[in-house]
Amino acid sequence: MSELFDMPSDLQNSYLGLVALHLREALLPVLAGLLASLPIAQLCVRLRWLYPPVLWVTTVLYAIPSLAFFVILIDYTGLSELTVMIPLAVYSLVVLVPAIVDGVRSVPQETLAAATAMGFGPVRRYFQVQLPIAAPAIIAGLRIASVSSISLVSVGMLIGNQGALGNLLNSGMIYNQPRLIWLSVVGTAVLAILVDAALIVVRVLLTPWMPRSTSARRLTAKEATR
Amino acid sequence: MNILNYIDAFFSDNAHWQGYDGIPTRVAEHIGYTLMALGTAAAIGLPIGLLTGHTGRGGNTLALIATAGRALPSFGLMVLMFVLLGLGMAPVMIPLVVLAIPPILVTTYEAMRSVDPAPVDAARGMGMAETEVLFRVELPVALPLILSGLRSAAIQIVSTATIAAYVSFGGLGRYIVDGLYQRDYEKVVGGATLVAAMALATLGLFWGVGRLTVSQGVRRGSAG
Repeated sequence: MSELFDMPSDLQNSYLGLVALHLREALLPVLAGLLASLPIAQLCVRLRWLYPPVLWVTTVLYAIPSLAFFVILIDYTGLSELTVMIPLAVYSLVVLVPAIVDGVRSVPQETLAAATAMGFGPVRRYFQVQLPIAAPAIIAGLRIASVSSISLVSVGMLIGNQGALGNLLNSGMIYNQPRLIWLSVVGTAVLAILVDAALIVVRVLLTPWMPRSTSARRLTAKEATR
Repeated sequence: MNILNYIDAFFSDNAHWQGYDGIPTRVAEHIGYTLMALGTAAAIGLPIGLLTGHTGRGGNTLALIATAGRALPSFGLMVLMFVLLGLGMAPVMIPLVVLAIPPILVTTYEAMRSVDPAPVDAARGMGMAETEVLFRVELPVALPLILSGLRSAAIQIVSTATIAAYVSFGGLGRYIVDGLYQRDYEKVVGGATLVAAMALATLGLFWGVGRLTVSQGVRRGSAG
């Protein structure tokens, strides 16, 4: 009898190793997506006409199924982690760009005027006034992007075992060990819930002026995931 | 050889257009699975979403369902169901439906909640019955958002049904999964192109349905 967390050696990882790999493969793309969305969103706020086409492009990219996206990238980036991470970063844009645009736009005009009157330049006003006020909306977007990213990493198993916890699904099948499949499914779900909870904590810490309850958060159509 | 050559080679090969593993068969299978899963999910999600949204109760529960639905790994769930239930339709349909319900349910609820209360009150004041208020005032106004929920669900199903080829399911994912095993990259890219095209067609279909069913006044008001 094998112990609960024993791993087949061909995965070359302990269970915790796979968990760490999964986190890295899921969250680095979201981070990259965030870094890309901040300037994109800022452009969309500045140039209003740009927002609808940008939304349109991200929606179309988001519609491309993950497996199709992965396999087309194989030709360029091979059977590597990068092949999994690039689509995940692209997917995160569809959630993050609208979240940041809505968040930044929701800053009241008087607040901006007050910041200007206090002698804030546009850059300082952006970092010290607009971003903090937009923080709850941005983190709401980050929560959705991270959780769906964590769920999607598993599909990477199909392209040369790049799916971290998802690789256990294949091992479970070929070695006929349902235990490994349970470990994959439960582990991924728990990981998603923990990351979600961690982001709520980050929001509470970053925005001490906000009420603590998260239930008031409004869901929008853009938040529905694949 | 670049991607376009692969795509061209795949689609110009006559053998890919007929028989059991032909493109028409696989496309039909994929559409069939999508319709079945979307229909089932909508039959469950829409009525509950409309009712809870109309009465305004259960928002917290639905937010929880939304998070739980997102946290569930679709691919893992499918493999797990396959191992538990064996070969067949159920192990693939259950995850597809389970994953499609939250976007439909939650978006429908939110769409109903976001309807301006003033016209709803006016409708009640005019003596409309509750069902009339629901179907003739709230539903038309909420329709664009409801459709966007159905759209996300449909795209999610198209995408996840592709992965189902790993657990011996038909559909367009067969080309990708078989191609990967056979080291036949032409097949893989051809399958990926078809799947992407189908997802984009779904997007276009919902855009068209929205143009046809959403009333002029609502469309102007919400500005896209």
